[in-house]
Amino acid sequence: MKTLLQKLVEESGPPGAEEKIRDIVKAEVKDYVDEIFEDALGNLICVRKGEGKKIMLAAHMDEVALMVTHIDEQGFLRFTKVGGVLPHLLVGERVIFSSGVIGTINHEKIKELKELDFSKLYIDIGASSKKEAENKVAVGDTCVYYRQFTDLGRRILAKSLDDRAGCAVMISALQKLKDDRINELYFVFTVQEEVGLRGAKTSAYRLDPDFGIAVDVTRTGDTPEAPTMAVSLGKGPAIKVKDSSVLAHPQVRDLMIEIAEKYKIPYQLEVLERGGTDAGAIHLTKEGIPSGALSIPCRYIHTPSEMIDYEDLQSAVNLLEKILTARWP
Amino acid sequence: MLLKTLAELPGVSGDEKRVREAIKKEVQPYVDELKTDCMGNLIVNKRPRKGKKRSPKVMLAAHMDEVGLIINGIEKSGHLRFLKVGDIDNRVLISKPVIIGVENIPGVIGVKAVHLQKPDERKKTLKTNQLYIDIGAKGKEEAEKMVSLGDYAAFDTKVKEMGERCLCGKAFDNRAGCAVLVELLKRELPVELCAVFTVQEEIGSRGAITAAYTLDPDLALIIETTSAADFPETKGIKPVTNLGDGPALTLMDQSFISDGKILAALRAAAEDNEIKYQYRRFTSGATDAGNISLSKEGIPAGVVSIPCRYLHSPASVIKLDDFYATIGLSEAFLHKVSEMGGLNR
Ligand SMILES: [Zn+2]
Ligand SMILES: [Zn+2]
Repeated sequence: MKTLLQKLVEESGPPGAEEKIRDIVKAEVKDYVDEIFEDALGNLICVRKGEGKKIMLAAHMDEVALMVTHIDEQGFLRFTKVGGVLPHLLVGERVIFSSGVIGTINHEKIKELKELDFSKLYIDIGASSKKEAENKVAVGDTCVYYRQFTDLGRRILAKSLDDRAGCAVMISALQKLKDDRINELYFVFTVQEEVGLRGAKTSAYRLDPDFGIAVDVTRTGDTPEAPTMAVSLGKGPAIKVKDSSVLAHPQVRDLMIEIAEKYKIPYQLEVLERGGTDAGAIHLTKEGIPSGALSIPCRYIHTPSEMIDYEDLQSAVNLLEKILTARWP
Repeated sequence: MLLKTLAELPGVSGDEKRVREAIKKEVQPYVDELKTDCMGNLIVNKRPRKGKKRSPKVMLAAHMDEVGLIINGIEKSGHLRFLKVGDIDNRVLISKPVIIGVENIPGVIGVKAVHLQKPDERKKTLKTNQLYIDIGAKGKEEAEKMVSLGDYAAFDTKVKEMGERCLCGKAFDNRAGCAVLVELLKRELPVELCAVFTVQEEIGSRGAITAAYTLDPDLALIIETTSAADFPETKGIKPVTNLGDGPALTLMDQSFISDGKILAALRAAAEDNEIKYQYRRFTSGATDAGNISLSKEGIPAGVVSIPCRYLHSPASVIKLDDFYATIGLSEAFLHKVSEMGGLNR
């Protein structure tokens, strides 16, 4: 699974331009599903037919990004954020455009760090004039952090583990499924989660499932002076109780807990004070869809260096596989 | 000129009736079907007169409503208290003439005269509850004969021409967009058009939700107005748009990321027809596109905006060249979509 994860995190998928990730996922899953298609917003929907309940799984393909808004006379690019990015994390960072153009971010003269906002930052792609820059990049182009996958042994350090880790978990669980066709499964790789759970909304409407499960990362509380949060790396995947977008449906939450207990898969419970997932959009679709989420604990979310625990990831795959082959009420 | 007529009509969010009636009258002879839904959206259908059997169904949307005020109290003295409907800077309210209710009762937004204000009062922006509308009534009883609680008040501005083909007036946001749609409906176009004049955009893009749900089109193009911040004090580096530089294409805003294929078709349409265009260099704000694109199974959408200075004020400014270029670009886009046979994924 590490190779798959590496492939996923080293490719770029800004919100609204997830095609590269979609292609990787498509190639990985096409032999394991009965139907595979893309909808109007770009969600990749993979159907595995079955007898029982219709269960929709959602992991988002997009990652936080930056978008070029202006190219100045000297060839410097001004930009805005797409999704939740903090300006001070960007200074000195390198970014890559889908064309392969690479640049670095720096800032205008400031007196204090707190003056640092997006209007003071620019991307330098090494162009010496507007014209030269425009040959490489256009207004509206998006770029993402330029970082490698780093294997730290048990832990993994990379950009966009939010939510390529979730994508990898879903792909791996799908590939593990045996021939049983207990439930009808929709593996949805969604778009535009980082800008407001948008892909999940339209795909859930189309599929109208009986249950929804988002597979995404969640924050931890195990770093120095971290805000309180009872989730740590290495203690297993987290079963969501709540975040600011959804209260996990008790039926879904309890079934997940029951299965984890039954198969002795380590797990933690997640109460996330701020942040949302695709489950937030799924559960309010049409007449309402009981939904929950399986979360992979992750430090430093939305930074160029997100960190997860590889054993958590493997346990998430095991748990998800068992959940999908269980008899749902 | 229709744009002038539409811009002068009062039509604060929730009170779009007069605008709707004017548009209805104007487009009736040119279209196949007209209906008003329960929210008040005006939905107009026009099928292609000749040519292809299967043409894509395109939703065009422009909002009819404008920002304004709603009366929520009548004082003993006969002065009216109000709330804002939509986003208005309090500093633009003071001393502005308004018209109230269906009878168009004239009034003016009053505040204590400058020589009666305490020094610290002069420095602060006044809150809405420190302002009132004066309709010249002697007392509460007389005022109640003229207005009722819940009546809307709109800015009372007549459209003026100024300078190099510029217009100054209220509510170009988004009567200019409405006028573009009306003009498109008068032309023969190779696609099935569902033009929607939406309600309540300024208070959360509400009409668009129900209209898109009803129509479920193949794709949508939203015509809007957007800030032109090209006046002197903005640093040369990034005004949102420039007046006179042509229609502005949206890449992304708070509620929406433009569909890649629509954006490409818009660009190609502009370039093939040598229409000058620009990008909206700003990602705050939202339009009907957000809700339309997320309707049902998702609808590919794009936004074209007419640059407008001093948006949401009683005196905004647009340039006629931008307005006509927006009509031209939208028309060229619809031809492009038809040539492509829709936007097959
Ligand atoms: Zn995420
Ligand atoms: Zn508007």
